[in-house]
Amino acid sequence: MLEAEHLSISFGGVRAVADVSLAIEAGSVFSIIGPNGAGKTTLFNLISGLYSPLEGHVRLAGEDVTGLAPDRLARRGLSRTFQNLQVFFRMTALENVMVGHHRHETSGLLADLLHLPATSRQNRRTREAARAALARVHLETDSDRPAGSLPYGALKRLEIARALASEPKVLLLDEPAAGCNPVETREIEEIIRSIAKEGVTVVLVEHDMRLVMNISDRIHVLANGRTLAEGTAAEVRSNKAVVEAYLGASGSQGAEHAVD
Amino acid sequence: MRALIKHRLGAVVLIGVIAVLLPLTFPSAYYYRIAALVFIFALAAVGLNLLMGFAGQVSLGHAGFLGIGAYAVAIGPTYFELASWLCVLGGGVLSALIAFVVGRPVLQLKGHYLAVATLGFGLLVFIVLSNEAGWTSGPDGMPVPRLELFSWRVRGPDTWYWISAATFLIAAVLALNLIDSPTGRALRAIHDSEVAARVLGVDVARKKLAVFVISAVYASVAGSYIALFNGHITPDIAGFLRSIELVAMVVLGGMGSIAGSLVGAAVLVLLPQMLTGLHDYEQMMLGLILMGFMIFLRQGIVPSLTATLYRWRT
Amino acid sequence: MAEFLQFLFSGLTVGAVYALIALGFTLIYNASDVINFAQGEFVMLGGMSTVFLALAGVPLPLAALLAIVVTIAAGFALHRCAIEPARDASPVALIMITIGASIFIRGAAQVVFDKRFHSLPHLFGSEPISLGGATLLPQSLVVLAGGAAIVILLWLFIDRTLLGKAIIATAANRLAARLVGINTRRIVGLAFAISAAIGAAAGILVTPLTFTSYDVGTLLALKGFAAAMLGGIGSALGAVIGGLLLGMLEAFGAGYISSKYKDAVAFLVILAVLFAMPQGLLGRGRVERV
Repeated sequence: MLEAEHLSISFGGVRAVADVSLAIEAGSVFSIIGPNGAGKTTLFNLISGLYSPLEGHVRLAGEDVTGLAPDRLARRGLSRTFQNLQVFFRMTALENVMVGHHRHETSGLLADLLHLPATSRQNRRTREAARAALARVHLETDSDRPAGSLPYGALKRLEIARALASEPKVLLLDEPAAGCNPVETREIEEIIRSIAKEGVTVVLVEHDMRLVMNISDRIHVLANGRTLAEGTAAEVRSNKAVVEAYLGASGSQGAEHAVD
Repeated sequence: MRALIKHRLGAVVLIGVIAVLLPLTFPSAYYYRIAALVFIFALAAVGLNLLMGFAGQVSLGHAGFLGIGAYAVAIGPTYFELASWLCVLGGGVLSALIAFVVGRPVLQLKGHYLAVATLGFGLLVFIVLSNEAGWTSGPDGMPVPRLELFSWRVRGPDTWYWISAATFLIAAVLALNLIDSPTGRALRAIHDSEVAARVLGVDVARKKLAVFVISAVYASVAGSYIALFNGHITPDIAGFLRSIELVAMVVLGGMGSIAGSLVGAAVLVLLPQMLTGLHDYEQMMLGLILMGFMIFLRQGIVPSLTATLYRWRT
Repeated sequence: MAEFLQFLFSGLTVGAVYALIALGFTLIYNASDVINFAQGEFVMLGGMSTVFLALAGVPLPLAALLAIVVTIAAGFALHRCAIEPARDASPVALIMITIGASIFIRGAAQVVFDKRFHSLPHLFGSEPISLGGATLLPQSLVVLAGGAAIVILLWLFIDRTLLGKAIIATAANRLAARLVGINTRRIVGLAFAISAAIGAAAGILVTPLTFTSYDVGTLLALKGFAAAMLGGIGSALGAVIGGLLLGMLEAFGAGYISSKYKDAVAFLVILAVLFAMPQGLLGRGRVERV
């Protein structure tokens, strides 16, 4: 479903991502892990069109989408959340998620200005889709609150709901559980599972090893912008290079206990 | 702001009722004139508010569009013998086209670059209007033939009061419609996080351009009305000070508040009238208002009031 | 040839003024990321204050000095009262504050002074000098020499004194500067004061040639900004080069193309720079990371 081939990018002389290739199957949960500064978010930005790679290609559902702008990728069914929360703070939770549905909205500028029936119908449809998405992340009761007033954990889920409202084929989640307590993390894990069950391809960048090991079909390890290893949870856990570079001695113990 | 959306028609009906009842309190034609000017400037302010308050862009040269609309109804009838009302429409179309052409490159800029680029645009319009005396009769201005509709000569402050009030109300309804629509939500999203909006499929460049064009048309119609109302126009209508006055109206009333645009226009039209003896101090006042609000009350009057009311209730 | 030289001289003269204004912009922008729209008003205050002090009987050299002091005070006040309280505002909000300040100062000048044009006597007489077929007024040389002197003094200050280095440190990284004990608030205030002084000096030097009135500030500010952008906002050398270049573009444009649209040259330059090379001739490029 989603493929990256030999992606590379540099910032001011520093190779942030070097020769990274991925092949992600439709409907699977694929995680990208690695120490801080390994280039995970940069890789995400490359795949979601925010950066253009120096070298390499990105393919979505077989089509070459390298260098396409983010809004065009969105229209092809790619959606993402942000590590540092890019929430629309001045809008309500419901409105935030309604914007997520944008790529399916068909009323034009004129209809919107004149509030023609096409626009009322669209508003209604979008509102329904947004409410459904909010329900999936357990935020229905907060739908009319300004996003700026919601707690951090809720905002993480709000971004997921917003991305879901676009009915994506591929969902990129950038550290969805960052800064969340164990209860919130469990909630997010359930949400991701239910998304994957619907056949959406989920790509995850995460630091929470328990979450990653529980939920991933395949894991790709990055270090210093390069691929260190790839495989199933079990394979990665037992890969010596990964353990050394990333999980660390105590980490490998933690990883063994990470199974449900 | 949420309340305003839910009771969209409510706010407009309220303003409409006030607009109808207000003239009962007018002791003379002079009051009609002032009120008409308030509604006309509020019209321009609403347009600018859509651009600045909702979409989060900035235009420090918006009076340029006032000028285009104003001179359209001066030059059209004078040199081409076109009907005035046709020139109001024509001015709007011309402004839309110019906004489209200028906006495309300019709106890619951000922050102070955008501010200065729009400032430059406004001043260019002013310079052209001042210099092309062959068409515009230069800095001293030119007379504007009165509006004629079906051989009824439209003149008199009271007639213009009704015309401008009605136009403002229609424009306000359109603006409120836009805000509570897919396009409006996309614009507000762009304001809060352009990158997130982009990633959700919003064609950011196109939306910014659309709102810029709409705000230009609003300003153009307002400019045409001013010219037709006064019967005379000078290039100052497109000048730097005018552009800043428009911005001050939006800031003062509240960025992101349609009712605020009316309040802002009212304050900035009424203030010079109330300070007739202190005419020389007008610029100082404008400067103080702009500085004061941007430093201490960036939200503006109406949003601050609604926020305080909200806090009292909860 | 004579015509060319004529335009060259007038272009360089007015360009020197733009260069000084641009330098003021750059200094404040580097120290605080603020585009100070009131920069043009400093030039106006320098000229107008000197004129009115002289009219009140103060001997000219003293009047000029006092005018610079008055302008420095205005610069300080602008920083303390309008910029500092809004230090966390967005760049656009700050620009609007400085625009408000410039309008306020203009309005005050209108009341305190008057609305007419004024001039100052030429420093070395108004006997034109003939140079290669073109004529040059001695005051032009005064402007050029004065401008050069100010630039050199400023450079020496920034490069050779501790205070100057503090300004560079603040410009490079505000937080780091504070961490090493620099009072960045005072440094930014100093930047405003110096910019005000430079602007005032430029105003005093050029008033004999171009006259002055309460509203010359706006256009000067825009042209100074255009010059700063042309040279690359953030680069002092760029400001000087940009100013001289803009002056010459204006003079040649007015001479060979159309004198009516002389003022439009600056705006066209702004637009051209913004689209063709936003970082200007010598500016530092800024990479924006998501």
